[in-house]
Amino acid sequence: MSTTPRLTALDALHRSLGATMTDFAGWDMPLRYASERDEHNAVRTRAGLFDLSHMGEITVTGPGAVALLNHALVGNIGTVSVGRARYTMICAEDGGILDDLIVYRLQEEEYMVVANAGNAQLVLDTITERAAGFDAEVRDDRDAYALLAVQGPESAAILASVTDADLDGLKYYAGLPGTVAGVPALIARTGYTGEDGFELFVAPAQAEELWKALTGAGASRGLIPCGLSCRDTLRLEAGMPLYGHELTTSLTPFDAGLGRIVKFEKEGDFVGRKALEAAAERAETAPPRKLVGLVAEGRRVPRAGFQVVADGQVVGEVTSGAPSPTLGKPIAMAYVDAAHAAPGTTGVAVDIRGTHEPYEVVALPFYKRQK
Amino acid sequence: MSNPQQLRYSKEHEWLSAVEDGVATVGITEHAANALGDVVFAQLPEVGDTVTAGETCGELESTKSVSDLYSPVTGEVTASNQDVVDDPSLVNSAPFEGGWLFKVRVAEEPKDLLSADEYTEFSGN
Repeated sequence: MSTTPRLTALDALHRSLGATMTDFAGWDMPLRYASERDEHNAVRTRAGLFDLSHMGEITVTGPGAVALLNHALVGNIGTVSVGRARYTMICAEDGGILDDLIVYRLQEEEYMVVANAGNAQLVLDTITERAAGFDAEVRDDRDAYALLAVQGPESAAILASVTDADLDGLKYYAGLPGTVAGVPALIARTGYTGEDGFELFVAPAQAEELWKALTGAGASRGLIPCGLSCRDTLRLEAGMPLYGHELTTSLTPFDAGLGRIVKFEKEGDFVGRKALEAAAERAETAPPRKLVGLVAEGRRVPRAGFQVVADGQVVGEVTSGAPSPTLGKPIAMAYVDAAHAAPGTTGVAVDIRGTHEPYEVVALPFYKRQK
Repeated sequence: MSNPQQLRYSKEHEWLSAVEDGVATVGITEHAANALGDVVFAQLPEVGDTVTAGETCGELESTKSVSDLYSPVTGEVTASNQDVVDDPSLVNSAPFEGGWLFKVRVAEEPKDLLSADEYTEFSGN
């Protein structure tokens, strides 16, 4: 791997704003601009603006595009209508999760697959490889897009002030082409914060212009720039899985509690079907460890990899943990044995550097917005 | 960011006040507080504990990580800042003032503590 970090089109702007930068999957990304807690709270109560240009876009076009995606991914892409999006996964032959994805159907025969930054090359290579025999073209569009996200309860009002696009008609998990502050954009009502919000895919050359327009339009409604640090606490509160933490190649979607996104009934064969059928059966007969929420009674923060213990036995492992700004307590997601997975289970603790800190088992998510 | 001239500094980013009646105050620098991010939990040495220069005596936990707290001097702890235990964000908002961490009756101090200017050069700001 190259040791020179990749820079987004907004890099100079982030530095001028005084952002603390961090390496993320080979990209130099803003971790936070000032206080990550303030940024988190801005998204929960007002709005935040994120640069997510490290995400990987892959365009799939052609008469065989849908058949290719149905073969390559575990979801049923055939039932996604034009202008809608779907959360899905790409799995290995053995059922292990290679990445979780959002697929947007932009046209009758055009789809955009958005992969996590750290997996983008693998996803691109895998879909390209699986395209053999299909009448479809797979295009690497990572350099074609910068991605800005406006998230939070004020995001619709802010966006509406700079676009003529019909935002009221744009449902959650939908996307349509439009113009925002004069910049052509794919406007999608998606996000990773647990709030209402929009993701705007634009040409990198116009990213800065759009950022400034959004900052201007949002200032009176309390919009502030936000970094990856608060994005992580926001998604954790919302109980959303993160690749490399809750999702890995050693887990199938069924192990991750996301078996419902695997569509066995769809037309044609798909990569991983056999292994996933077995995993589905295993999940029925011998439930695997279950992904649960943990809420601390104390103030020490559980981190990924820490052991969950009960009665002196290891019963699970933390996959993500952080102090929750909204709850005011440390929270974590963890895979735990079925016997300790029920919400309200007592006597569970996390081993934090040798000390067993008591935790309460709760249902996910920790936070759900009022609609 | 400026590092107060009257303090001395360790390479582990603690500051040490002037010794008065044998006792000095210890905290972490603004540079260190900024690097940590929002501090959410502080485990400080307790009154009566003996701390040793260059060795860990507590921990500071932030949103993304946990860092060991080192003592810049050797001695006995005479006070521990309960305000910081109750509201760890004081470490971020006032690292050189209300966010002090503990006081220590100095028995011995290392010779390599830095002046404000030396620390500014060492830390890059």
